[in-house]
Amino acid sequence: MSIDISQFLNTFYEESFEGLDIMESELLALNVGEADTEVINTIFRAAHSIKGGSGTFGLNAVADYTHVMETLLDEMRAGQREVTQLAVDILLRSVDVLRSMLLSLKDNEDLDHETIATTHSELEKLLNGEATTDQANSSVTNISTDSVSGKIEDVSGWTIVFKPNVDMLQTGNDPVRIIRELETLGSITVEAHTDQLPEFELIDPEQSYLSWTIKIAGNVAEEDIKECFEWVEDECELTIVANHKNSTVAAPILEEAVVHDEKIQDDRRQDDRRQVERRTSSKTAAKKPAESSSIRVNIDKVDDLINMVGELVITQSMLSQIGGVENFDAVALERLNDGLVQLEQHTRELQESVMRIRMMPISFAFQRFPRLVHDLSTQLEKQIELKMSGEATELDKTVMEKIGDPLVHLVRNSLDHGIEMPEIRAENGKDATGTIELNAFHQGGNIVIEIKDDGAGLNHERILSKAISSGIVKEDDNLTDDQINDLIFAPGFSTADVVTDVSGRGVGMDVVRRNIRALGGTVEVKSEKGVGSVFTIRLPLTLAILDGQLIRVGSETYIVPLISIIESLQVNPEMLNSVTGTADVYKLRDDYIPIVKLYDIFGIESDTTDISEGLLVVVENEGRKIAICVDELLGQQQVVIKSLETNLKQISGLSGATILGNGTVALILDINGVMTLYHDVMKSSVLQDKYGKYIAA
Amino acid sequence: MVEAAQNLDQDEVEKEEINEFLTFMLHGEEYGVDILRVQEIKGWDAVTAVPNMPEYVRGVINLRGTIVPVIDMRRRFDLEVLEYSETTVVIVLRILTEGHADRTMSIVVDGVSDVYQVEASNLKASPDFGGDIDTEFVKGIATVDKKMIVLLNIDHMLNSKELSVADMDAI
Repeated sequence: MSIDISQFLNTFYEESFEGLDIMESELLALNVGEADTEVINTIFRAAHSIKGGSGTFGLNAVADYTHVMETLLDEMRAGQREVTQLAVDILLRSVDVLRSMLLSLKDNEDLDHETIATTHSELEKLLNGEATTDQANSSVTNISTDSVSGKIEDVSGWTIVFKPNVDMLQTGNDPVRIIRELETLGSITVEAHTDQLPEFELIDPEQSYLSWTIKIAGNVAEEDIKECFEWVEDECELTIVANHKNSTVAAPILEEAVVHDEKIQDDRRQDDRRQVERRTSSKTAAKKPAESSSIRVNIDKVDDLINMVGELVITQSMLSQIGGVENFDAVALERLNDGLVQLEQHTRELQESVMRIRMMPISFAFQRFPRLVHDLSTQLEKQIELKMSGEATELDKTVMEKIGDPLVHLVRNSLDHGIEMPEIRAENGKDATGTIELNAFHQGGNIVIEIKDDGAGLNHERILSKAISSGIVKEDDNLTDDQINDLIFAPGFSTADVVTDVSGRGVGMDVVRRNIRALGGTVEVKSEKGVGSVFTIRLPLTLAILDGQLIRVGSETYIVPLISIIESLQVNPEMLNSVTGTADVYKLRDDYIPIVKLYDIFGIESDTTDISEGLLVVVENEGRKIAICVDELLGQQQVVIKSLETNLKQISGLSGATILGNGTVALILDINGVMTLYHDVMKSSVLQDKYGKYIAA
Repeated sequence: MVEAAQNLDQDEVEKEEINEFLTFMLHGEEYGVDILRVQEIKGWDAVTAVPNMPEYVRGVINLRGTIVPVIDMRRRFDLEVLEYSETTVVIVLRILTEGHADRTMSIVVDGVSDVYQVEASNLKASPDFGGDIDTEFVKGIATVDKKMIVLLNIDHMLNSKELSVADMDAI
């Protein structure tokens, strides 16, 4: 029977990347010197599944590579090898190499053989170099037997009691093959136990009723035996006992071994459960923005949803009952109102539940930071402790995918510029170890992420002089402290004296701010000299819903994102000015704000072309302000964003569309796009009504 | 390989056998579209205009939560513009685009006419018109009951550069 296994390849990759993530985070959690067996076990299992999987799929390069890692980890697991910093570092690097190997294999690219070979030989060196200095020079393979029972020197063979669970055959494992495999290790005698066999007519051919006692003669490594059973170890009762020349010793050891083995199995089961838990709670695979558009949803959320729909059905039947009443009187009206209130409530809850399906805990964005901080602090020779809190805070998957890079940038920045060198910290009476805190929490419809360091804080004089020298501000500008802090987000700004590969090229913070703005969020910084800085990012919980102001121009209704509106005002004709007869500006306090006439740039009819009869909505985008001239303000409401691109195409000036309460479509303005359109219209300076010419390229 | 070839042949045969078209009227002429692409037919209702689009894009409508563009076929073919009447219908179509997910678009026509099964032998390739209708939009011409039906290539027509997702240099 041959199965086309290639269909499982993607699942293998996905699981392997998950496994690598687990290995990485567990390696970082590993305390050098005193290794927690639990942690090493977890790492080992991850490596083991990758090895097993890659072998199955014929990815031998990966299998070979993982094998060396696995051997190393196995020795650590058996307490045979000390967990050194060197080993952890090499293992971490190996995780990176493995990840890139899998990535290139997945994309059918060539492997980076050089790096692979280098780390491979490093691993080998570690393995062999230390193995020779090891006291137990009785070859690596015998080690685990030591851990089973004190000191077994003269193993004359093994007795294996193998009792498969009844449903083991359903997982595709064949006991006969296992026994055949054992046969290759040494001469075996097999005794089958048929006592569990039911009456012939009761036999289910898909179940396994037999158990075996297998004796292997000769000096066989326990590891080799275990390897034969590795695919079935969770699906059977298995005891492996060494036979000794002196049979009287065997009995107590056998007991001990059984207990031990059961314990291992128990642990393993617990771990498996834990892993399952972790998987369900984490809902989705490693962030892969483009290709994998699947999402793992916690079953609780789905149950919630089903409950909600049930409620909705009940409300619906209640409403239709009222509708069927023959004499519609005051009582019925009251019940109708009650029903409608209920319906509204259920609809809102249903909407929230559906939104929650897209929500993922922010730990997905946070999980890369322990590694980043670990690597960078070593590189920069700083001592840094990373504290994370609020990792369970949930936010939309799309937002999560896009916030990763800005976050990395801010953390790098805090590491590089914020935290001082240990000596300087000590001089200033601070703890030599700096702290970076990542904190996430919800605050009224938004998610807030704080990146806090206890470093030097922003140097106002230096920022100001730098900003003046690069022409961002003028010397006589009187700036408040917050305004000065804000300068670091200006394009082309960097105070780093030396450009390191960590940061300092000045193409950083402005990009961070732009990315965050693109998500509809804000970023600001608070800082105190010598005490530290706090970067605060505020993001909308989801990109699918937007708080909007409904406006009317002629017969059309548009939606302006509330977040970009500064104020709306009635036109005071005295404040109205015209520049060269075409461009209108409005004097608002000290600012002159260009007036954008939607009917001009969108080519639609409006009630009036006289600005002074309309209303102005002042909006801001990236520090620029415009006043949009509208006929009427209609009200504010939350709208669900629908894409125009799905069926039509991207249209400049519009970020999408939504469906209003009455079922009609309203278009959502993209302020940035409106500004671009306006500039194009001004540039083309042919202000005719042939709007078609103004479309932005 | 042999099997695959046979499958292919079978597909071809099937295609030849089942050629059903929904036809609609436009300026006194009968046009047809592949019936498997028709999602639904509905009456004309108000649309939301989309700025800076060619005039034949009337706007967008809400089709059970999906935003669907509405294209006026009279304007698309530069025919005389008529007031929309009770018989004016909107045909919602599934459009295939290379390298892009299926799109849902709709066309406004004077009225739906009939459903025809056209045998392959009655399908003729389109001649060069040299007229308003770009020949690329025409899949072929079928003769049914001595009537001529122009079969449209809607994928081509509704993915023309003004409407395409990729091409941003509109108009």
